[in-house]
Amino acid sequence: MASLSPQDLIRRSASSITPAANKLPEVAKMIDVSKCIGCKACQVACLEWNDRREEVGVNTGVYENPHDLTPNSFTLMRYTEWVNPETQSLEWLIRKDGCMHCADPGCLKACPAPGAIVQYSNGIVDFVHVNCIGCGYCIKGCPFNIPRISQVDQKAYKCTLCSDRVAVGQGPACAKACPTHAITFGTKEQMLKDAALRIEDLRSRGYKNAGIYDPPGVGGTHVIYVLHHADKPEIYASLPRDPKISPVVEIWKGLTKYAGLAAIAIFGVVGVLHHLVNGANRVSSQDEENAKRLKEGRS
Amino acid sequence: MTNSWTDIKNTDLVVIMGGNAAEAHPCGFKWVVEAKAHRGAKLIVVDPRFTRSASVSDLYAPIRQGTDIAFLLGVINHCIANDKVQWDYVKAYTNATYIVKEGFSYKDGLFAGYDEAKRDYNRSSWDYDMTAEGFAATDPSLQNPRCVWNLLKAHVATYTPEMVERICGTPKDKFLKVCQWIGETSAKNKVMTSMYALGWTQHSKGSQNIRAMAMLQLILGNIGVRGGGMNALRGHSNIQGLTDLGLMSNLLPGYLTLPVEREADLNTYMSTRGFKPLQPNQMSYWQNYKKFFVSFQKSMWGAAATKDNDFAYDYLPKLDVPSYDVLRAFELMHQGKMNGYVCQGFNPLLSAPNRKKLTAALSNLKFLITMDPLDTETARFWDNHGKYNEVDPTKIQTEVIQLPSTCFAEDEGSLTNSGRWLQWHWPGGDAPGEAKADTWIMAQVYLRLKALYEKEGGAFADPIVKLHWPYKEAGDPKPDELAREINGYVVEDVPDPNDSTKKILEKGKQVVSFAVLRDDGSTACGCWIYSGCFNEAGNNMARRDNTDPDETGAFLKWAFSWPVNRRILYNRASADLEGKAWDPTRKLIEWDGTKWAGYDVPDILPTAKPDVVMPFIMNPEGVSRLFTRGLMRDGPFPAHYEPFESPVVNPVAPKIRGNPVARVFKGDMEQFGDSKEFPYAATSYRLTEHFHFWTKHVWVNAVMQPEFFVEVSEQLAKEKGIRSGGWVRVWSKRGSVQAKAVVTKRIVPLTCDGKTVHIVGIPLHWGFMGAARKGFGPNSLTPFVGDANIETPEYKAFLVDIEPIPEPVA
Repeated sequence: MASLSPQDLIRRSASSITPAANKLPEVAKMIDVSKCIGCKACQVACLEWNDRREEVGVNTGVYENPHDLTPNSFTLMRYTEWVNPETQSLEWLIRKDGCMHCADPGCLKACPAPGAIVQYSNGIVDFVHVNCIGCGYCIKGCPFNIPRISQVDQKAYKCTLCSDRVAVGQGPACAKACPTHAITFGTKEQMLKDAALRIEDLRSRGYKNAGIYDPPGVGGTHVIYVLHHADKPEIYASLPRDPKISPVVEIWKGLTKYAGLAAIAIFGVVGVLHHLVNGANRVSSQDEENAKRLKEGRS
Repeated sequence: MTNSWTDIKNTDLVVIMGGNAAEAHPCGFKWVVEAKAHRGAKLIVVDPRFTRSASVSDLYAPIRQGTDIAFLLGVINHCIANDKVQWDYVKAYTNATYIVKEGFSYKDGLFAGYDEAKRDYNRSSWDYDMTAEGFAATDPSLQNPRCVWNLLKAHVATYTPEMVERICGTPKDKFLKVCQWIGETSAKNKVMTSMYALGWTQHSKGSQNIRAMAMLQLILGNIGVRGGGMNALRGHSNIQGLTDLGLMSNLLPGYLTLPVEREADLNTYMSTRGFKPLQPNQMSYWQNYKKFFVSFQKSMWGAAATKDNDFAYDYLPKLDVPSYDVLRAFELMHQGKMNGYVCQGFNPLLSAPNRKKLTAALSNLKFLITMDPLDTETARFWDNHGKYNEVDPTKIQTEVIQLPSTCFAEDEGSLTNSGRWLQWHWPGGDAPGEAKADTWIMAQVYLRLKALYEKEGGAFADPIVKLHWPYKEAGDPKPDELAREINGYVVEDVPDPNDSTKKILEKGKQVVSFAVLRDDGSTACGCWIYSGCFNEAGNNMARRDNTDPDETGAFLKWAFSWPVNRRILYNRASADLEGKAWDPTRKLIEWDGTKWAGYDVPDILPTAKPDVVMPFIMNPEGVSRLFTRGLMRDGPFPAHYEPFESPVVNPVAPKIRGNPVARVFKGDMEQFGDSKEFPYAATSYRLTEHFHFWTKHVWVNAVMQPEFFVEVSEQLAKEKGIRSGGWVRVWSKRGSVQAKAVVTKRIVPLTCDGKTVHIVGIPLHWGFMGAARKGFGPNSLTPFVGDANIETPEYKAFLVDIEPIPEPVA
């Protein structure tokens, strides 16, 4: 649900727009992994603010619940028990996973539905569900494996960075709920300054590779991490070392796109000819029943 | 807490031991994060498990559950041996120099005076030598071999780093690093805070765990200072309020004590509550006991409490046993001697030990009344829920009456937080259905009881029919009316003795604080330590001004902190004998030549000269106690005792099982398991996702942590063939549970006394009611024994066995 003004758009999926000259200041959510205690207050706040209901699951031998991001859970704490080979000490790395709000968003690039994914000048990448066709290309386009398709309405869902709250001058619900201020929100400039102070503190405690995760491969992100071991992002539940948009998406957006459109046009023409020759398809009662069963199975 | 949550930001070193602040107190934990981020503070976590607190610590040391005293006495031993002592503080503000009576001794795990048959001590030798003038004898030179310091030195000498490793399983290098960091805070400009909770209290020697750390903090000079203190993190939003208001079977509000049988009249009662100073010029503030007590009686019985009837002293019940704690209550139900039970805001079927015994006890009752916002397991103890509650309802005759009550978000009143702040709150919504405020329910019950007594009479009706009940609407006392009563008010004008045209106190006015309470019946006060919370200035608990001059963390205009809005207890000890702060950057109060003043309300008479009146004004000594005389049942010093169920024999006292004076009921000793049959050391704990047994009724919390599980090390899992996410059965001498297994690196086997000790972790949030999946609580397994002083059950250390099982059929 987009709540910022259409004038604030800088990108719109499968369409071209002229961004307004006045841009909003870029925002960022900073997740300081070194301050996070993995309490899941962010998960609860996210479900409650977005009015989503998740199922009561099971324990599978880990602390993650639910076990992955879902169309309802836009954020998830991921827990990694990592033995530091240098100190032989256990470190319990807890990372809040969710949309990174890339400056160069792979989801938006991959999306074929006009206006289903938009990017605002403040950096927020948002899904506009009324335009979503549920094709799932955004998942393929995302280097962080974030969007999830709802089996109920066949639309893609992910963190909105609480664009509705940000639009009225509030920070995201997760940041508001975080008891240890591990999640903070502000201008990206300010967040980077704050992160630099945190890194100084972490280095003074012996984390010589402490650093910011703001990956250039996607043009930087509007969700940034402070990591104790920024040289090894993959130890934090497979945070990508150097995330990039899949070459398939890049190609799709280039030459292939036009080739594909040509192919669709040809199929269209063939279809019309087929109709003229053979007449319309009829839906049999068997088809109806199959459709009904399929629908019930999913609801 | 001696200090407050907000004060934790002032510390240099946080030691979390006997608790898991990040996990169980995530909101308060923000002040630890603050100290780390802005002060460069370090965090040490000592725990059997690598907890959420440990995940953000600078140093983690494992320890076997139930061995904290050995660890802490080891640290004290290290500090003494390496001169990491705040000497000026120790000599002036503790009883280190006091000389102990001949006859006191400690040998083979026992102090002088032990009576095995009674499981008790004759504590007469645990006291000071007295001078001819009637004061305690001291030796400021610390040369006397019987002075407290030398006795302590000898007492802790056993606990070498090697012995600590042998008992606790803490690797020596880790232990020494902890010692080093803690020892550094003996400097006058360095402080450490201790944050603990039920990880220390829920042992058969829980009180002594806390004493051991308190002694260490005194030796380091860390009590009464900013960023220091002994900080008990209370497990409920208002559990501090519960103890303050005397909701213990042996207490009256404000830590006054209920009389015992042999105290048949007020004079006898007061004869042991005189608190004569043990040194000249000391305040010994409990000398005012009678003022608080009489004012309490006046608030209870108003005009019926007169000087002639000893202020209705006879109306008070007289204890025939030390206390009617939860264990004794269930024991009596079990024996069929307690037939009715009013259970208000409590779910003992999950929170008291040995569930089988609890179910049998509740089944013996004639009636059970519950008052709770939730449909608790206790209220449904008779309801068959398959293996989760295997009972036969046709065999249970107990009549259960459930009275739905409001929850904290639906009513008005104050909550007292861990830092002693009374914070007023307002309802966020209306109560659902027929739920009523607890005060309304209690008033309705009372008025009907009173009417019955008035109509039909009965044995000794006076305490009921003469109860002072001044509320505007008798059936519905309002929170502000109760708060004003607790604060206290003037019953009769008190004229000024120097000028009879003036009054010191005016009838009908709220008292300003407990300082003006009197023992002649002219004042009334429901709870003296809360006095000042709602005086003529208004409802001070509702204050919301968060200004904080010089950012000391005191926030004096926010809410009300007992006593008298003081934020740090013993704050006089933050200054030296000349009244100057030990650390000028942590100034709290200082002596300006005529009076004490500063950022906090002085914890001393403002005009008390710094070199004369000592800081620990509640003690007759004026100083703090490294040696507690006969005030604790199990010793004037802490000593290491194993849990009643332990994987090893006590290395320092092999003949002693558990705490030698802990109360064990008949039949319960036989229900303790041994390590041959039950080889694994189990412990119980909370998880952040839940709050006790409440939030499993909340859908979203149930989503976050849906299903009961136990945690084991990778090593134990391998040994037993346990798969992470697979099913296990865990059983003790008293019961058995089924759970999912979480196999984790966060638990590692320890080596104790040459033996590998595996730990099984059992979280406590599941039952058979609510939104989460049905499960068990650790109390199906835990032993029926409590702390020797306060009877808090031993939930944190017991023995179990474990095996993988196939997935149970639902």
